[in-house]
Amino acid sequence: MIEVEQLSKSYGPREAIKDLSFQIEKGEVVGFLGPNGAGKSTTMNILSCIMPASSGSVKICGFDVFEQALEIRKIIGYLPETPPLYSDMVVYDYLSFAARLRNVPLKNTQSAVEQVIEKCSLKEVSERIIGRLSKGYQQRVGIAQAMIHNPDILILDEPTIGLDPIQIIEIRKLIQELALSHTIILSSHILPEITQICKRVIIISDGQIAAVDSLEALTTRLRKGERLVLNVRRNSSEILEKLRTLKKVNAVTEHQPANYTIDCEPNADIQDEIAQLSLNNQWGIVELKTVSMTLEDIFLKLTLEESEVP
Amino acid sequence: MKNIWIIAKKDLGSFFSSPVFYSLTSVFLILNGFIFFNILNFFSLQSFQAQQMRGGGMGLNLNEMVIEPSFHNMAVILLLIIPLVTMRSFAEEKKSKTFALLLSSPIHLVEIIVGKFLACMIVIGLMILLSAYSTGYLMLVGNPEMGPVITGYLGILLMTGCYVAMGLFASSLTDNQIIAAVISFGLALFMWIIGWGSQAAGSGLGQLFEYLSLITHLEHFLKGLISSSDLVYYLSFILFGLFLTYRVLESSRWR
Ligand SMILES: Nc1ncnc2c1ncn2[C@@H]1O[C@H](COP(=O)(O)OP(=O)(O)OP(=O)(O)O)[C@@H](O)[C@H]1O
Ligand SMILES: [Mg+2]
Repeated sequence: MIEVEQLSKSYGPREAIKDLSFQIEKGEVVGFLGPNGAGKSTTMNILSCIMPASSGSVKICGFDVFEQALEIRKIIGYLPETPPLYSDMVVYDYLSFAARLRNVPLKNTQSAVEQVIEKCSLKEVSERIIGRLSKGYQQRVGIAQAMIHNPDILILDEPTIGLDPIQIIEIRKLIQELALSHTIILSSHILPEITQICKRVIIISDGQIAAVDSLEALTTRLRKGERLVLNVRRNSSEILEKLRTLKKVNAVTEHQPANYTIDCEPNADIQDEIAQLSLNNQWGIVELKTVSMTLEDIFLKLTLEESEVP
Repeated sequence: MKNIWIIAKKDLGSFFSSPVFYSLTSVFLILNGFIFFNILNFFSLQSFQAQQMRGGGMGLNLNEMVIEPSFHNMAVILLLIIPLVTMRSFAEEKKSKTFALLLSSPIHLVEIIVGKFLACMIVIGLMILLSAYSTGYLMLVGNPEMGPVITGYLGILLMTGCYVAMGLFASSLTDNQIIAAVISFGLALFMWIIGWGSQAAGSGLGQLFEYLSLITHLEHFLKGLISSSDLVYYLSFILFGLFLTYRVLESSRWR
């Protein structure tokens, strides 16, 4: 449905994105993940035909973003990073205006507006002036605007920014509902959000793709090793040394006294050896378990590895 | 066409809901009215004296002595007012990032520009309409020749179109409304006085300057003449202004 090839964009001499290539299938929910300035918003602006790329091509449903922009704009709904809200307009009028702009026929405008008001729980503010709403409500008006014409593709740039926790959950639910019938691309630097909503993640760092994969695949791929946590009763420096002498162990760190993390090679299966050591030296095992790395670590790791910071 | 009206209607809505429109209209009407009654007063004084000297008979020409100068003054006041009407058109959209809504909608940039042009024209047309009570008054108390009045309004409207086109162009250059107003005021004033350069310049260039001047063409309309050369001048001025606006907006997307 969306094919991006070798997409680059420079602002003057500064390259915001370089050679991005990825594909998104119909019905997918894809998350753009990356730190500030990674190029997420730039990519989304290009996908929604707001700004042309410097080079490369983007095809959406077979239409070229550059040459057939009008066709594409009919089938996408876009929430930019800053919601495009006229602060002097009433919510209801604004949404009607957005509906008309997006080619919703006059006779369906009212029902379209009422539907999104319902979906984004804007009922109680629908007669108020947008400029006087709280940030969270403004954000919701922004989301409502993007889905007013029931587009096939929704592009949401940081949709939950500025919302309170309850609203975040609601918006997530809303996105999950929309995901049943829409293709959705959303960006975020908040990981839990991506893990909950998206099946696939595109991690961008410094304008380049660091990884494109499903969450599970990413997790396994990144588990270049396993991590064990060891808690013991006794506290002595020899423990650290002894653990380090074990085969297949890459690194051991002591976070708190008598609490160690052991990074070892994949499938090292060294639990027995550690238990044996503990028995022999009477460390007194309290806990020994494998931990899986969270996406947070993956994210940090991916983006850090890219820029080669230890 | 439908899209143009959608844009224009939205802009009209924000004009009429903002105090800027009402204060501009008030200022326009007050200045216009003040000048009109002064001209009228001067006129009645003159005709009274003329009557005394020649002992009645022919009054002075109402068209020449009241209507024409009123139109002239209106053109000057519009020069001051219109930049304040057009300044927000694009600058505001860019500043508040709402332009992204228009750009991501299935609507052509040309339609956006024409829609905004239309909205400004309607707003200023309304101001001019409100000020037309002065002409109405003259028709009640005297009998001016109607031809020059009608062509005069047409000329003023065409000139307004030129101011608005320049204003939109200025507004497309920046996201700061004040700068937009200053640029469009400067442009409009320059296009007004460019004819002054005709004496200094040689005969060929001088004629060009004379032709380019906004005011030269208005004169003909005020005299009751509609010539195709003036129409072509005004219409191509407007089109050129809108075309430049288009180019600026289009190329700013590339940056
Ligand atoms: N209009 C612009 N002019 C110049 N440089 C820009 C412009 N917009 C973005 N950039 C630069 O392009 C790079 C990518 O910006 P972009 O906004 O796409 O990042 P992002 O991933 O959306 O970041 P964030 O998480 O902060 O929203 C940044 O280095 C930014 O400084
Ligand atoms: Mg961004």
